[in-house]
Amino acid sequence: MWENYAAVLPANGWNWIAVWRRNYLAWKKAALVSILGNLADPMIYLFGLGTGLGFMVGRVEGMSYIAFLATGMVAASAMTASTFEIIYAAFARMRDQRSWEAILYTKMTLGDIVLGEVVWAATKALLAGTAIAVVAAILGYAVWSSILHIVPVIALTGIAFASLAMVVAALAPSYDYFIFYQTLILTPMLFLSGAVYPVTQLPGNVQQMATFLPLAHSIDLIRPAMFGRPAADVIFHLGILFIFGVLPFFVSTALLRRRLMS
Amino acid sequence: MTAIAISLIDVTKTYLDRTVVDRFSFAVKKGECFGLLGPNGAGKSTIARMAVGMTPPDAGKITVLGAPVPAQARLARASIGVVPQFDDLDQAFTVRENLLVFGRYFNMSTRQIEAVIPSLLEFARLESKADARVAGLSGGMKRRLMLARALINDPQLLILDEPTTGLDPHARHLIWERLRSLLARGKTILLTTHFMEEAERLCDRLCVLEEGQKIAEGRPQGLIDEQIGCQVIEINGGNPQELRALIKTCAQRIEVSGETLFCYSSAPEQVRVQLRERTDLRLLQRPPNLEDVFLRLTGREMKD
Ligand SMILES: Nc1ncnc2c1ncn2[C@@H]1O[C@H](COP(=O)(O)OP(=O)(O)OP(=O)(O)O)[C@@H](O)[C@H]1O
Ligand SMILES: [Mg+2]
Repeated sequence: MWENYAAVLPANGWNWIAVWRRNYLAWKKAALVSILGNLADPMIYLFGLGTGLGFMVGRVEGMSYIAFLATGMVAASAMTASTFEIIYAAFARMRDQRSWEAILYTKMTLGDIVLGEVVWAATKALLAGTAIAVVAAILGYAVWSSILHIVPVIALTGIAFASLAMVVAALAPSYDYFIFYQTLILTPMLFLSGAVYPVTQLPGNVQQMATFLPLAHSIDLIRPAMFGRPAADVIFHLGILFIFGVLPFFVSTALLRRRLMS
Repeated sequence: MTAIAISLIDVTKTYLDRTVVDRFSFAVKKGECFGLLGPNGAGKSTIARMAVGMTPPDAGKITVLGAPVPAQARLARASIGVVPQFDDLDQAFTVRENLLVFGRYFNMSTRQIEAVIPSLLEFARLESKADARVAGLSGGMKRRLMLARALINDPQLLILDEPTTGLDPHARHLIWERLRSLLARGKTILLTTHFMEEAERLCDRLCVLEEGQKIAEGRPQGLIDEQIGCQVIEINGGNPQELRALIKTCAQRIEVSGETLFCYSSAPEQVRVQLRERTDLRLLQRPPNLEDVFLRLTGREMKD
């Protein structure tokens, strides 16, 4: 049993690149549309909510509301980009198109495929999150030099949410189930993690929950950096994001083995 | 190196409570074409999938190209090409891109892959389609591309799950001819099919299976001679019971399947004489084939 599980783990440190490159090649063909699509949504939120609510809210944590919201949007768009890549695109490749099955007949293992898909989803998260940070910096809502610091955090956020989404995709019988994940997990997480308003607005025990939410840790790292302030507990936050990247990865690989290779 | 490419010993696979492969054993020698022949649901795909480590057996021992499967399946897969039952080409890409992307799954460099693509396109007779989207290919072209894709790593062993199902006769003959050229190049082939003709034409040896069990094994002609060994007359129209009585004396054996009565006889002229008056019947006399072997062994036709 254990031996069979070991056989589906990533075979080495580089096999996944072949899977990543397949997705990159497909993406390149429609890159422009894809980038615009990925950016338009968070930008509309940013300017719609930021300017509209900004008038009423005034300053938050010493920043303009739109600057505050931009920091949350960087993390949130990384979360959404990476989640959607897995639950829609990767799920389609796994189930509808049977592409994974084809790959399993090669030197790749299931773990290599899952890793390649997760890193690819994180790549899209990185694009989406960084683009918002760049726009924020251009508009003077963020410190330019912070972008260098937040890039690895955005990537790690992407990995964590891709891994989590992979568990959901491994369990979901059809697309209908993803709506539960979105509305019951991701949307509440957006509010509980302080993406759109400070968590201090929430009751104390609800605030405590944020400790268990990967998005909260991502925001705790990104927000101070973009404001040009020192972040607290960097190692702790990175550690939690790392755990969210790694554990679900192994769980999803085991679940997918049951699903595809039984 | 041994002379055996694939060996299954007492392999069993159970889904829930159903045993779909039951203590199955066979060995494929290097360089031969071995067929798994059986009706829908017999367990052919399950055996093919177990042989590449896609699904673990519940009991038994599998060795492929010297590697224990599924534990070391990845090792074996480096030298295997697989054509699964259902086309799973990458719809996002052209013919050429499909080959390029697939080669990378074998850790080949872009340069190495590009060096073999022309010969693969030529092999699959798809030179003119190199830059066409896969979605626009005909069924036969897709199947040939699947075959070309399976050859990208220059495998010693090919595992082909129903390579010609759903193709028209012309497309089917083209695939058969391609497979024969691979055998001539020394490749080993494990082939599943439910076409008797395909098995007879291509396979050196084959196994007939039904509901996960082996019901016969041997060379196609050997099985036919051994199990049938005489001419067959198919009789359509009329009441089977009544006809049976009429020709009983000049037939070795008579089987009824659906509307057709199969009369096995070494004296087919006598059968014809017996039925001379019956102008309502349609008679077809032919040499025996694997279909008859299956009918003999199971009491039913393999055609579904
Ligand atoms: N993953 C699975 N879960 C449950 N049952 C399965 C699974 N895969 C196959 N089976 C069952 O096992 C039996 C054998 O299936 P298999 O696909 O090996 O048959 P086959 O000989 O390839 O048939 P066909 O000619 O239709 O392709 C079938 O009854 C099928 O329903
Ligand atoms: Mg099958």
